[in-house]
Amino acid sequence: MRVPQSWLAELLGELPGVDDVAEAFVRVGFEVEDVHRAPEITGPLVVGRVREIEELSGLKKPIRWCRVQVGPEQVNGIICGARNFAVDDLVVVALPGCVLPGGFEISARKTYGHVSDGMICSATELGIGNDHAGIVVLPPGTGEPGDEARPLLGIDPADPDAVVELDVNPDSGYCFSVRGLARELAASLDREYVDPAGWYYVADGDGEAWTVRLDDPGCARFCARRVDGVDLAAPSPWWMQRRLLAAGMRPISLVVDVTNYVMIELGQPLHAYDAARVSGPIVVRKAAAGEKLTTLDDVVRTLDPDDLLITDDSGPIGLAGVMGGATTEIAGPGAGGTVDVLLEAAHFLPAVVARTARRHKLPSEASKRFERVVDPELPPIALERAVQLLVQHGGGRDTGTRTDVGAAPARRPITMALDLPDRVAGVEYPSGATTHRLRQVGCDIDLLLGADGAGSVQVLPPSWRPDLTQPADLVEEVLRLEGYDAIPSVLPSAPPGRGLTEGQRRRRAVSLALAEAGYVEVLPFPFVGPSTWDAFGLPENDARRRTVPVLNPLDADRAGVTTTLLPGLLEMLARNRSRGSVDLALYHVGQVTLPHAQPVPMPDPGVHDRPTDAEYAQIKAALPAQPLHVAAVLAGNREPSGWWGSGRQASWEDAVAAARLVGRAAGVELRVTKAELAPWHPGRCAALRVGDWVVGHAGELHPKVVEALELPARTCAMELNLDGIPLTELRPAPQVSPYPPISVDVALVAGADVPAAELADALADGAGELVEDVRLFDVYSGEQIGEGRRSLAYTLRFRAADRTLTSEEANSARDAAVAVAADRYGVTLR
Amino acid sequence: MPGDDRIPMSPDVAGPDLKPGSLSEAALQEAVRDAVAAFAAAADLAALAAVRPAHLGDRAPLLLARRELGSLPGPERAEAGKRVNAARQRVQHAFDARRAELAAERDARVLAEESVDVTLPVDRAPRGARHPLTQISERIADVFVGMGWEVAEGPEVESSWLNFDALNFAKDHPARTMQDTFYLGDSETSGLVLRTHTSPVQIRSLLERDLPVYVVCPGRTFRTDALDATHTPVFHQVEGLAIDKGLTMAHLKGTLDAFARAMFGTESKIRLRPSYFPFTEPSAEPDVWFPQKKGGAGWVEWGGCGMVHPNVLRACGIDPDVYSGFAFGMGLERTLMFRNGIPDMHDMVEGDVRFSRAFGV
Repeated sequence: MRVPQSWLAELLGELPGVDDVAEAFVRVGFEVEDVHRAPEITGPLVVGRVREIEELSGLKKPIRWCRVQVGPEQVNGIICGARNFAVDDLVVVALPGCVLPGGFEISARKTYGHVSDGMICSATELGIGNDHAGIVVLPPGTGEPGDEARPLLGIDPADPDAVVELDVNPDSGYCFSVRGLARELAASLDREYVDPAGWYYVADGDGEAWTVRLDDPGCARFCARRVDGVDLAAPSPWWMQRRLLAAGMRPISLVVDVTNYVMIELGQPLHAYDAARVSGPIVVRKAAAGEKLTTLDDVVRTLDPDDLLITDDSGPIGLAGVMGGATTEIAGPGAGGTVDVLLEAAHFLPAVVARTARRHKLPSEASKRFERVVDPELPPIALERAVQLLVQHGGGRDTGTRTDVGAAPARRPITMALDLPDRVAGVEYPSGATTHRLRQVGCDIDLLLGADGAGSVQVLPPSWRPDLTQPADLVEEVLRLEGYDAIPSVLPSAPPGRGLTEGQRRRRAVSLALAEAGYVEVLPFPFVGPSTWDAFGLPENDARRRTVPVLNPLDADRAGVTTTLLPGLLEMLARNRSRGSVDLALYHVGQVTLPHAQPVPMPDPGVHDRPTDAEYAQIKAALPAQPLHVAAVLAGNREPSGWWGSGRQASWEDAVAAARLVGRAAGVELRVTKAELAPWHPGRCAALRVGDWVVGHAGELHPKVVEALELPARTCAMELNLDGIPLTELRPAPQVSPYPPISVDVALVAGADVPAAELADALADGAGELVEDVRLFDVYSGEQIGEGRRSLAYTLRFRAADRTLTSEEANSARDAAVAVAADRYGVTLR
Repeated sequence: MPGDDRIPMSPDVAGPDLKPGSLSEAALQEAVRDAVAAFAAAADLAALAAVRPAHLGDRAPLLLARRELGSLPGPERAEAGKRVNAARQRVQHAFDARRAELAAERDARVLAEESVDVTLPVDRAPRGARHPLTQISERIADVFVGMGWEVAEGPEVESSWLNFDALNFAKDHPARTMQDTFYLGDSETSGLVLRTHTSPVQIRSLLERDLPVYVVCPGRTFRTDALDATHTPVFHQVEGLAIDKGLTMAHLKGTLDAFARAMFGTESKIRLRPSYFPFTEPSAEPDVWFPQKKGGAGWVEWGGCGMVHPNVLRACGIDPDVYSGFAFGMGLERTLMFRNGIPDMHDMVEGDVRFSRAFGV
């Protein structure tokens, strides 16, 4: 909302400087988006009268050669590209020597075959508005040729005006008006305030202005007035145009300008119909399915049964509270003649207007206000004001008829303990502060004294503040107007906490372990699309393809919430690679989203009390599973080359090591078994297990995946479900034996497909209680061993808890270990 | 020390023949002179060891001379004994001094030989890093854990009841459109959204925990903003919630003041501006005094806060006449941007390793 300071001053009297005004608004809860100061224009800037216009032909765009009177005796020739003016119009002329905002200096120059001796200015060029549509045309009688133009434009250096641009909160619809903003500013500055809505007297109607019927509760009140014989050619007075420009609107015609002006002044959106084009009674109703309406912007809109309409015998003539229809539009200023104007001021329910505006993507000045609630007492008052302006400036005749159907919703009183604001703020406010502030807001107040001697107030909030519904709302009014600076700083003492949970500490430990191991954390977005799954080579029925869909994705190709962390990590790997980082190790700890096989209905328990346990459980059950995953990807060298020698290429084993590192940080030793799973290389993929439970995979990516995603050769990856690893809060202490160990080596010849880890497990199982560690120290395959076989050499370390072992004991345990391995995998001692 | 200070034992070789009158002063002087000269001539420890027996061995002149003492008459013997001992001591001293000298020379040489270029690059282990957003999130959690608060978390795909309704966003209220929401599922009525803030974790905390509740909720949040220099559709927040008997807006200010001091130094503090959020009443926007602000110390906008709206407490089954409390929330990206002088949001979301590495682990 943009408001000129001079307009506020008209209501409040003299104001401090614009910075202080802006600061005063901030103090009571507005965000000041900008302060537009009066532009600085130096040199001759005068009123001119257009004497002659010659259209130049043969040019790429229409250009006019004008003779403009710029002084009692002086006529200048000026070239102009705008077309919205006629002979005898008053315009603003920057004469040679004038410097417009932005340092744009005007000088006489030859152009289009003429010497252009000045410039006819638009509002934008003058810095008084955003209207690019044409040059400023001053209404007749605004001034005489040669008059200084600055005072007319509100940019007189002696009396500069400024425009404050404010962000209005969604609960403060009344502040989309000068009326509301002036009230807030008065309260902030502790000034007297007189409500301009009180200036316009609503007399009893002399008959109905129009027959109106409300068929839907979406319209609580509908008022109408008629002004006949309004001169379509009459211009809006310059002061009105200037204020509209300052408010960021474009002056169009008297009727449109008046409705806009009253909306900005008081906050009530108005609509003007050409009465001759409205046929029969006006009925406010919901749309029928398939009904259509051409709105003022000449778009044909197919209506939804939830849309609230203004209709007449011809059908829809307006989208209630959002935009009028084309068929009853008042003709533009070029039409000439007069028009009978039917003015509408209504009160629509905010949610109804909000839904329609959103549905048709049609946010308008009207819908913006109706969505945030307009004062339901305003419609007849705003109509009086509009009628007054049309009569005064358009030569219209007030018919004296009035229609007022429906009623403003009743105001509901709130009872509040008098000291509640003090108790919420933690401040002892001066006596009377609460009632003073609530009166500034516009509340009617009765003081009550309870039987216990405690005071309370019965507060009737003003009609424009339907957001005030309970004591907390009143508390906020008192606190913000008293100023938040009055609130002291007191640190509350929380009860003793339990620190981070085991899961939170584990997440940190995992993240730290990976970072210490040389991995760099990245935070990719969770959005993914089917092309990634194709590149991953996932089968059609792979569960990871089933993502929760995003209805309004930023990127239509990524309309799902990912089920694995790898797509994002691999994308970032590729990006780093393209930026010249070659040796890469990245990780990410984050949630993935795994939808239910069948959608579970989401309950809506309402908000008046706590949901039942069953409802809350149902809400949680309806959400997809979202386990915490950790994933890492590697490419290039894991150890760099250097003066010490060559580097070591990252490989499947680094991915497995990273997974096992995560397991260790999480408090478990992950078991490794062979696996086959896309997107991994079928021969280089490990499953990581807790017991028999698979918690993730690691290895080298499938070469086809690497190719499809344009990744570095032999890119490796691992991903674990961290939530799948059980938390071990209490770990039992080990028994540390003080006796020496005995180590025995065995070399076993096994089939090449026997996994080393499983053979080690077999040895450990067979070796019994005495074995402390089974460690693979050599792998050999070659002619001596035979085709399809390999030799695996392990060191078994034995130790007893209570004695020094004898070598006989160790050897017999070794024999037992080998026996089990032989039994399970047919291995032989080498 | 490198090297070996011990003198290798050499066979006890014969010294010069014992001359007659070897106990004479002149003879002893000569033996000492010979020994000192021989030691000085030894170029290294091995050479010194080689000449030692000739002057300090069993058959060295001074040792042989001592043997002759027994043949002297009593008074003379005492006199000569003193002379021999003094001479022997001088030889021993000369030897010790020379040995120390040569050992020092040798040590210096060995150290010089073993020296390397310590400026050679030694970074064979790849350098990892944690993202600064993770680091600041943990830092904030630690600040509040230190005050006795607990850390609460929740899912990113959330029910719209928890994300909006329970937080006093009426169904068609324009406040819902303030937070541009990613809707999920098969239709907008599926009731699933990507959470637009971490506030649903506050509701979960109030539904699941016993009162009083003091929790801080860090997490990832989502809004349909296109990525540019100051916006990202996926961002991080931290929120705090305290519900107890007798909590006031002064407690909110005190908590934020303590938070500001922990994050930005002891000079930092908070001021509150009135604002609007559906879930708080009164609502405020905090500005934080940031001493290191670019261009000079000053106020920086830092999130939103307020007293928890009674409607929110009611939706969680808490009596607003008995309990009250406050909540606050900050964007972590924005906090990092002004605290660490990060000029562009892209740096935080693109995952360039050069960015994260600057922040270490």
